[in-house]
Amino acid sequence: MLPMFFWAFVIGGLICVIGQIMFDVFKLTPGHTMSTLVVIGAILGGFGVYEPLIDFAGAGATIPITSFGNSLVNGALQEADQHGLVGVLTGMFEITSSGISAAVVFGFIGALLFKPKG
Amino acid sequence: MLKGKQSWVFPNRPVIVSSAAVGGPFEARGRLANDFDILHDDLWMGQDSYEKAHKLLLEEAIETAIQKGNATKEDVNFMLAGDLVNQITPSSFAARTLGIPYFGLFGACSTSMEGLALASFLINNQGAKTVVTAASSHNAAIEKQFRYPTEYGSQKPPTAQWTVTGAGAALLTDTDEKAGKLVTTSATIGKVVDLGISDPFNMGAAMAPAAADTIIAHFQDLQLDPAYYDLIITGDLAKIGSPIALELLQKEGLQIDSEKFKDCGLMVYQEDQKVQAGGSGAGCSAAVLYGHLFNEMRNGKYQRILLVATGALLSPLSFQQKESIPCIAHAVSIEVHP
Amino acid sequence: MAKQKSPEQKRYEKIEQKHEAKRPVVKNCIKAFFVGGSICLVGQAVSYFYMYYFHFTEQTAGNPTVATMIFFAMLLTGFGVYDKIGQFAGAGSAVPITGFGNSVISAAIEHRTEGFVLGVGGNMFKLAGSVILFGVFSAFVVALIKTLLLIWGVI
Repeated sequence: MLPMFFWAFVIGGLICVIGQIMFDVFKLTPGHTMSTLVVIGAILGGFGVYEPLIDFAGAGATIPITSFGNSLVNGALQEADQHGLVGVLTGMFEITSSGISAAVVFGFIGALLFKPKG
Repeated sequence: MLKGKQSWVFPNRPVIVSSAAVGGPFEARGRLANDFDILHDDLWMGQDSYEKAHKLLLEEAIETAIQKGNATKEDVNFMLAGDLVNQITPSSFAARTLGIPYFGLFGACSTSMEGLALASFLINNQGAKTVVTAASSHNAAIEKQFRYPTEYGSQKPPTAQWTVTGAGAALLTDTDEKAGKLVTTSATIGKVVDLGISDPFNMGAAMAPAAADTIIAHFQDLQLDPAYYDLIITGDLAKIGSPIALELLQKEGLQIDSEKFKDCGLMVYQEDQKVQAGGSGAGCSAAVLYGHLFNEMRNGKYQRILLVATGALLSPLSFQQKESIPCIAHAVSIEVHP
Repeated sequence: MAKQKSPEQKRYEKIEQKHEAKRPVVKNCIKAFFVGGSICLVGQAVSYFYMYYFHFTEQTAGNPTVATMIFFAMLLTGFGVYDKIGQFAGAGSAVPITGFGNSVISAAIEHRTEGFVLGVGGNMFKLAGSVILFGVFSAFVVALIKTLLLIWGVI
């Protein structure tokens, strides 16, 4: 259990450093940076490299936004495996629905409960 | 009266009867807190949106300035005001409350001097007897419009500036009782200058060339030497833009003492307030000039100052469309009448 | 593409570069590493919590973990803390899924003054929209290519 915590910290931290370099060296906006990272996650997922990273680093690979790209690809591939090419479209949100649903639900609850503080 | 290519002189010396500055909680912890007439302890100011609070800032500044001048709203012929919000709605809604014939102005952060120049021209040329001019900004309303939602965890670079939550207003009148009073004596209207800076988090660097351009034009048109003024102060060039402007001016051969070249954005906040490069916003130059600097002049610290308000004329859309940031600066000289 | 700069603009660029405050890249990367790593650490703890107390497996714990992390993001955003963390940590708080949550929740909270339908609903995905767009589209392309390659027996 302990090694997993260590690698989660290190790998998660390193992925964030990549993001920080995109902010400070390449002067990309947060929107551009996050979009790029998600695409990278999808590509790595397609090459079958992201799942081993998750096995190795646990939350260090599932928590960064890159895992969103990986989950979408995996969902699409799983569904395509069972139902053919159309599965690429229909299966995408099978695995990853919790991220967007949670964001929408908690976003709305947040708007009900909180006022911005400036 | 026109002098030179783009400047006016005001031989009738419009008198600044009174002025007022209103600020928010961050400004209340700043260096110039004592020079504000009203300070709010929260950004909502009892309103139910930031935009409504923004309107309130302007209303309070104008009403306080009128009150301090022993006048009433009915005495004022015209109101010249502006802000940074889309369609300058806070200023227009304030004009609705105040009921004064209204010129809505947009010069981004240079609005304060655009207003003061036009107000002085109106009075000098008998187009009005009493005019009020004001400019304002509200940090949260502007962040929401130009940048990100205020609770979003973005990281501002060290060149970014902090929009002042504040408003400043001045009441000008045509009167012969000038002795010892603050008067406006000249103004130089700037042209739009764009030297290719396109980073909205680096406004000081975008605006510095416009400030230099207007200052050079001012001294050329009026055939004056910079030593004529006790203080030349820019609106919101802040830590990055101010030294750039000074360098540009010195390259043009203007001998300006760096002790006499200051910036409102660098004066508003304390060292430990996290404002990166300094303050900015239409309310920055207005609140500092109409509050702190006028107080200093009334106390005898300065006899003649030149205030150069600088504005960045971009929109959130223009940045997305890969445009650079065109900027403008307007200068007005204020003196203590002997 | 950015417009080509004129000679005058290029001269100005030199002067401006002299005075521009440079971003503290190394310091920012260190801060991003520590905060980002810590958020992932919390995520790992939350995962184990679900695995031991609610009998999720390593594979299925991902969903409730993500939802929980976004719940934390809602609290931190709503109490006005996430933006302070963001200024300090930069990508350390933006890259984890909590950053995605923060982008949606902060936009929702901000635009409540314009009403729930047009304000909250119409603006909620202002920042997150590009992540969803590019995530979905790139996943579509990648999955399409891989599936075709599998169907054609290439891989």
